[in-house]
Amino acid sequence: MGMVNYAELKKGGFMKQIQKNRFSLRVRIVGGQIEADKLKKIYELSQKYGHGYVHLTSRQSIEIPFVKLEDVENIKQELEEAGLQPGACGPRVRTVTACQGSTVCPSGLIDVTSLAKEFDQKYHARELPHKFKLGLTACRNNCLKAEENDLGVKGGMKPTWDESKCSYCGLCEALCPTQAILVKKKEKELVFKEEGCIYCGKCVKSCPVDAWIGQSGFILYFGGMFGNTIELGKQIIPIIFEKEALDRIVEKTLDFYQEHGKQGERFGHTLDRVGSDLLVNSLKEALK
Amino acid sequence: MSAIKANSYVDITDVLCPITFVKAKVAIEELEDGQILEIKMNGGEPLNNVPRSLKDEGHKVVQVEDHGNGTYTVFVKKGDL
Repeated sequence: MGMVNYAELKKGGFMKQIQKNRFSLRVRIVGGQIEADKLKKIYELSQKYGHGYVHLTSRQSIEIPFVKLEDVENIKQELEEAGLQPGACGPRVRTVTACQGSTVCPSGLIDVTSLAKEFDQKYHARELPHKFKLGLTACRNNCLKAEENDLGVKGGMKPTWDESKCSYCGLCEALCPTQAILVKKKEKELVFKEEGCIYCGKCVKSCPVDAWIGQSGFILYFGGMFGNTIELGKQIIPIIFEKEALDRIVEKTLDFYQEHGKQGERFGHTLDRVGSDLLVNSLKEALK
Repeated sequence: MSAIKANSYVDITDVLCPITFVKAKVAIEELEDGQILEIKMNGGEPLNNVPRSLKDEGHKVVQVEDHGNGTYTVFVKKGDL
């Protein structure tokens, strides 16, 4: 057997193990969802080519350990026939993670399942200076931990009060985590201090008479990482409400990292080095 | 304190999710449509979820009282769903 190109194998989702000529195969999974028939195929492949078990990664992917070097092409072929692909490793856009989102979860404020699929289609395995993690979480409960990602998206909701519908029951005041709502039951008055609102959507979700109307939006976090260096992604721009603006921001962020990042430098370190104002200005330019 | 007269009362401060909602649901099912259930609950997760789940079941919160000690009383009118 000739020279083994480990970088090329890694690019294709095969990670070298400590055991000679054994590889862990990462499967491309989007938003933490996989159809049952495909899961069954992974079960079969792990028995046929691996040691009959899989490893669940910390970012919603599945790996099949102990694939032999000589089986690499065969298992790739079988994956493809089942409608599966290897995942991304190395310096590129990785698995796009997501919670169940607004199509399933009562707390969800945005449809992260669709967003994850879209982002995966557009950006999967795109080459960058270092690994780049995109994570989507549909509300402030933050089950998918937006701030741990190089670019994290969190669902938010801007509430608007409709006086004509309000019954002044006081539920929104009781639930508001920042005391931005004051309900005077006797006087039938409501005070909403919008500057205190963190866009959690609890008032909208709970209102018994739909007197709070919500507009869904995206809260973005830049430069998070949770490996050798731990930094939480920072919210450097205000919440945005248009999907098109989100698309432009994600695109621009990746371009910015490609342009300014040094090889092997995580995005958060790039931002620390060049200053996040430079990114903010680029994003503002992209949104014009 | 309140002018609202409830037809029944349930205290769910002594149980955890999901029993909070189950206990409230059982109590409201004993009532006739339009009658009022008074529910004493803790703030945080129960207050976040129980009123919202009752709304999803077609019932309507009519008033909330904050006792200032982390507990709340929620008055819910039984819906006709």
